[in-house]
Amino acid sequence: MAEEKTLAVLERRFPGRVRPAPVPPEDEVVEIEKSDLLEVAAFLKTPPQDFSMLLDLTCVDYAPGTPRFEMVYHFFSLPRLRRLRVKTRLEESDLKIASLTSLWKNANWLEREVFDLFGVAFDGHPDLRRLFMYEGFEGHPLRKDYPLRFRQPRIKMRP
Amino acid sequence: MSSRLEQQARPDSMLINMGPSHPAMHGTIRIMLELDGERILNSEVEVGYLHRAFEKTCESRTYFNLLIYTDRLNYVSPLINNLGYAMTMEKMLGLEIPERAQYIRVVMSELSRISDHLTCLAAMAMETGAFTAFLYKMKAREFLWDVIEQTTGARMTTSYIRIGGVRADLHPDFHVALKKGIEETRAVLKDVHGLLDKNKIFLNRTRDVGVISKEDAVAYGWTGPCLRSTGVAYDVRKAFPYSSYDRLDFEIPLGDRGDNYDRYMVRMREMDQSLRIIEQAAARLPGTAKALTAGGLEPAEAIRASRNVRVREDIQLSPNLEGSEKKRYPGLMASSPGFVVPAKDDTYTSIEGLIRHFKFFMKGHGIRPPRGEVYFSVEGGNGELGYYIVSDGTDRPWRLHLRAPCFHVVSALEQLIQGRYVADVIPTFGSMNMIGGELDR
Repeated sequence: MAEEKTLAVLERRFPGRVRPAPVPPEDEVVEIEKSDLLEVAAFLKTPPQDFSMLLDLTCVDYAPGTPRFEMVYHFFSLPRLRRLRVKTRLEESDLKIASLTSLWKNANWLEREVFDLFGVAFDGHPDLRRLFMYEGFEGHPLRKDYPLRFRQPRIKMRP
Repeated sequence: MSSRLEQQARPDSMLINMGPSHPAMHGTIRIMLELDGERILNSEVEVGYLHRAFEKTCESRTYFNLLIYTDRLNYVSPLINNLGYAMTMEKMLGLEIPERAQYIRVVMSELSRISDHLTCLAAMAMETGAFTAFLYKMKAREFLWDVIEQTTGARMTTSYIRIGGVRADLHPDFHVALKKGIEETRAVLKDVHGLLDKNKIFLNRTRDVGVISKEDAVAYGWTGPCLRSTGVAYDVRKAFPYSSYDRLDFEIPLGDRGDNYDRYMVRMREMDQSLRIIEQAAARLPGTAKALTAGGLEPAEAIRASRNVRVREDIQLSPNLEGSEKKRYPGLMASSPGFVVPAKDDTYTSIEGLIRHFKFFMKGHGIRPPRGEVYFSVEGGNGELGYYIVSDGTDRPWRLHLRAPCFHVVSALEQLIQGRYVADVIPTFGSMNMIGGELDR
């Protein structure tokens, strides 16, 4: 018997709050509202779904489209060997989303990276600082409006 | 602004920096330690010193051009990075790769994996005082890189595996060099097993040091040899077989304690398995067309002759093509004209070929995948190496994100060295195989 699609399970558990992605690719993809993220993620993490690993977490800037940003989460279930991509859109005016640090430990650095490069704030993150760039760096380099060859102003010498 | 560690530090403790430039921090990474004597109370890892804006740069390069940047991610095993990128694009474009190219890819990616593991363990051994083991492993790596260099033309920046296949056929002496490389590596592995496995100094520095539990490893998103050292049998090559791994016979070595010694052992045993894979794949390589050795016009002659009448004879472009002659293309490249580099034989000898060549390389033309997004991963030296590519239908990616395996591994470093001694940082960090190019991107 073929295993049930995670999307079907999610639709039953969160009726009306989970959408399949518009173009179904080979991978399993669902879209959710950002307010549901923590709830959906916690549900996915527990058995029988058992997506015990946060494979990846990143952001895409769709400027000038609206909503401008999209968070992309890749979950992976070790016992079932299955991947799931969960996406949620963020408005530029309200660039905030719940942090997954309480569920997965590697969310800490991954969210710091997204904060650094896109400027997305994570509610509940214990230590939200830039990861790759230095203190005093201006702007968020992976945004589409950040020029490729932009020069940063000099920063003050640190003590 | 000061760092978290500086704010939280106890007044009587000592703050000390390891790195970013430190002989034992191979790669630039800074570890701030809060010490009570030799004991680490707290630590803070700072990365980003090697950030080269890989993802940003890729957004302004065409799909074909950005391949060379992938070489520079994990610079010890560039071929696996090439493979990961090429296969992600192939998934997006729906290309079918010829069998010969698939086996060549497997051989190349396993050679890279061995050189990756050798480098990691060599550095780890050296830092724990085993300089002989370091030299032995470097020697073995040279033999493997000779094999790679012979065929790809470069030791590290290979760009050999391309979208749709591989750039050129194997060197005529490939099997000879490979046999020598395998023999030398086996001999070195045997020696290293003898030198380190029961070495008291090495055991003291690695056994039960840097221990991570299964649950923590999974929660930190560990993959690859580091995850397998805790006893979780996850390997992308087995779980989601790509290329021709499902047709090859190999095992996944596992550890049980998740300490530095297990990470060493898993890597050592994985190299044995990789050698097995290489032998099987090399033996199964389907045949290929022979290079044009004699006959055919020299290019200058062909141009002279073509002034009067179109040349029908073969033109002698080899040996400059170094194995990428059109005759060999069916074994090396997918047969999808718009997505693979047109054969040079055509480019130089016919106007249609020249036009195809320009169409492929011109801005705004070239490879233009349909709108959409794709995630694909291969088993890199450090674990699951995944690419997430968003296409907007143009010839360059809207967004390209790399899931770097050692990013997740290194993010657990703070936890692993907490409460240990300063000397434990070195083997723990060494066994993680942090690669700056891949971590910082």
